[in-house]
Amino acid sequence: MSQDLSATPETPKEDGRPEWDNKFQYILSCIGFAVGLGNVWRFPYLCQIHGGGVGSWMVSILVSLYYNTVLTWVMWYFINSFQEPLPWSVCPLNENRTGFNEECYESTAVNYFWYRKTLNITPDIAESGTFQWWLILCLAACWAIVYLCTIRGIETTGKAIYVTAIFPYLVLTIFLIQGLTLPGATEGLIYLFTPNLNTLKNPRVWLDAATQIFFSLSLAFGGLIAFASYNPTKNDCEKDAVTVAIVNSMTSLYASIPVFSVLGFKATTAYWDCLDRNIISIINEFDLPEESIMRQNYTSWISFLNSSYPEKIGGLNLKSCDLQEFLDQSVSGTGLAFIVFTQAIILMPGSQAWAILFFIMLFSLGLSSMFGNIEGVFTPLLELQIIPKSAPKELLSGIICLISFLIALCFTLRSGSYWIDIFDRYAGSVPLLVIAFFEVIGVVYIYKIKRFSEDVEWMTGRKLNLFWQITWRFISPLLLLIVFMAFVTLQMQKPPSYTAWNPKYEGFPMKEEKVYPPWVQAICVLLAALPCVCVPLVALFHLIKQKRRNKSPSFVPPEGFSCQGANSNSSHPKE
Amino acid sequence: MLRALLLLVSVVAIAHAELCKPDAQNAFKVRISIKTALGDNAYAWDANEEYLFRAMVAFAMRRYSSKSTTQISNVLLCNVTDRVSFWFVVTDSSKNVTTVPGSEVEAAIRMNRNRINNAFLLSDKTLQFLKITSTLSPPVEPSTPVWIIVFGVVLCLIVAGIVFLIVSGIQKHKKKNKESTERENLEEKVEVTLENGIPCEALDLKAGHINGVFAAEDERFTSL
Repeated sequence: MSQDLSATPETPKEDGRPEWDNKFQYILSCIGFAVGLGNVWRFPYLCQIHGGGVGSWMVSILVSLYYNTVLTWVMWYFINSFQEPLPWSVCPLNENRTGFNEECYESTAVNYFWYRKTLNITPDIAESGTFQWWLILCLAACWAIVYLCTIRGIETTGKAIYVTAIFPYLVLTIFLIQGLTLPGATEGLIYLFTPNLNTLKNPRVWLDAATQIFFSLSLAFGGLIAFASYNPTKNDCEKDAVTVAIVNSMTSLYASIPVFSVLGFKATTAYWDCLDRNIISIINEFDLPEESIMRQNYTSWISFLNSSYPEKIGGLNLKSCDLQEFLDQSVSGTGLAFIVFTQAIILMPGSQAWAILFFIMLFSLGLSSMFGNIEGVFTPLLELQIIPKSAPKELLSGIICLISFLIALCFTLRSGSYWIDIFDRYAGSVPLLVIAFFEVIGVVYIYKIKRFSEDVEWMTGRKLNLFWQITWRFISPLLLLIVFMAFVTLQMQKPPSYTAWNPKYEGFPMKEEKVYPPWVQAICVLLAALPCVCVPLVALFHLIKQKRRNKSPSFVPPEGFSCQGANSNSSHPKE
Repeated sequence: MLRALLLLVSVVAIAHAELCKPDAQNAFKVRISIKTALGDNAYAWDANEEYLFRAMVAFAMRRYSSKSTTQISNVLLCNVTDRVSFWFVVTDSSKNVTTVPGSEVEAAIRMNRNRINNAFLLSDKTLQFLKITSTLSPPVEPSTPVWIIVFGVVLCLIVAGIVFLIVSGIQKHKKKNKESTERENLEEKVEVTLENGIPCEALDLKAGHINGVFAAEDERFTSL
């Protein structure tokens, strides 16, 4: 096969498909897609508490919608990080300026900024509220950035990925160095690395580990397949797959270290604050001189005073300060980034710089994953030839971004974050398991693994390893089935509920546990079922089409997959 | 005479003790945290500091009521502890053995809180008048919120990038269309000859090698 050696990178091959500039761009894109926000804020959380084409395309669409809204929040925090003092470090005053705003005072300034100033959240999912104009502005900016980077498909994402995939590693390293110098960092790291072997007996741990690694690799979105389809046909895909998987796992582990150092620092500071508050109460009550009770001799003083004046001590309502309890306050997801980490950042010297760095890192992580999602939407539309080839790519990506922006506006309502939790839990979880399961079954048992081994051998130049044969034939389908069953069973055990931020709740600042109303539950089921149901539906559609073609004797049926929806890579290597 | 004087002094002392005691009417408790505020530069709380405090309260009363009847001797301090905390009350010299109403004292202190704090190098938190709430100053807010400015900058950069990419895309598209129509016209006339799958035009024929075996010296051939 001769190739035009003097071609510039933008000149596509004979069939009009673009190509990666170099192999590194492809690997970085896959890593960037796989390494997302989940590596930073979900994996460390799990450590802490224990140890189809139309289907894929639908999942990619649903995920793109809400994923970019998370980036909107990141951008909002980013543009607010340029102030002194940081807006989430101080409470605003109340109307007559005698004290702080009540909602802020009862919870913390960080919580107030997140729930009131950013989300302006309603106490119930049924109350939608109005659009928040500042979030709409940030959402528009985020979709504009996504459009800018995906404007010509992988030609532009390939360039952008150099920054968005590498920058997070730089920032993680900087945070690692800073985190290790903070007081209390060692407590956090000891907490991370001390294994609690009892937790391995809990099956929930294994389920969480399996789901984490599965979702972390961003399989079944169609994005990885889309990226890979832009490679030259003779490509060592085995090496690529192993590289991406290893880098993804290593990144999660690497990210845990600075996250836990910072969490240890935060827990230690909270513990010291708790002690100091108790000390001040005691000193004021007994009129003892200042600095007579220090953190070190606090326990001996307390026991002495408790024995001599028990009623007075009882009347003070001292909180019990336990470092372990502060370390145990585990948060994952948006809570980790926007509440826990922002609180820790206020305590560091030079907070603005740390805040800016942190939010740019989160933005890059999310953006590189968004590229994968958008490619998962973009490429099938081109492949299925729904769009004519003559239409410029800029227009298609513009239309996709515009439509997504308009739909995602509903997440900027006051109840938006409750809806994002729903999307995250139902659209971004069960359908992926189902689609991945069908992909494996389709390739191994319908396309037949013998043919697939020959294809892979042709691409990589060596025979398919026994390891892959065994895992693809038996282990992967079995594991996927088990994980799916366990996941669904655990979800079914109790009615789906959510925690709401309600300032009028008696237990405020604890969040109120509420059950989803029936119409919301119906939407959850729809979100989970719709992408899954596409797989058998499209299979049926193709089957009917083929039967009809078979009836006309002059037509030869085309080679290729017929029952995998649009997951198949249509540039088949056989000539 | 002396005995009468002694009696008067003792009566006044007892009266003062009656007026200034913890939880007395119109009395306020003050709590001072010097070490927290100043750390190593902390001064010791002694009788001189107490005198300054009484002077500041008298000053506040004078400023508030703008009649110069309050003297330093009108301010009574009692129950000074190691914490440092104490009670004080302001007596009214015009009426015998009574205290100025608490509301007046409170208003006077609130009006001059800043001056009192500064006299002792302390703040609202470290020089606490229990029961007197202080008016907190709102944080400084610029006329345009900072985040809008940053947002504007970011948005301008994005729009510039998009416009640049779209325009360069359109230009490239036009150039490609022109080139492809030229090449089509050319290819219609000339059949591309291929040698080993490489079109001859790509080969630089001038740099072709001359095979020495076949191209012998010209003397072998007879010249025409």
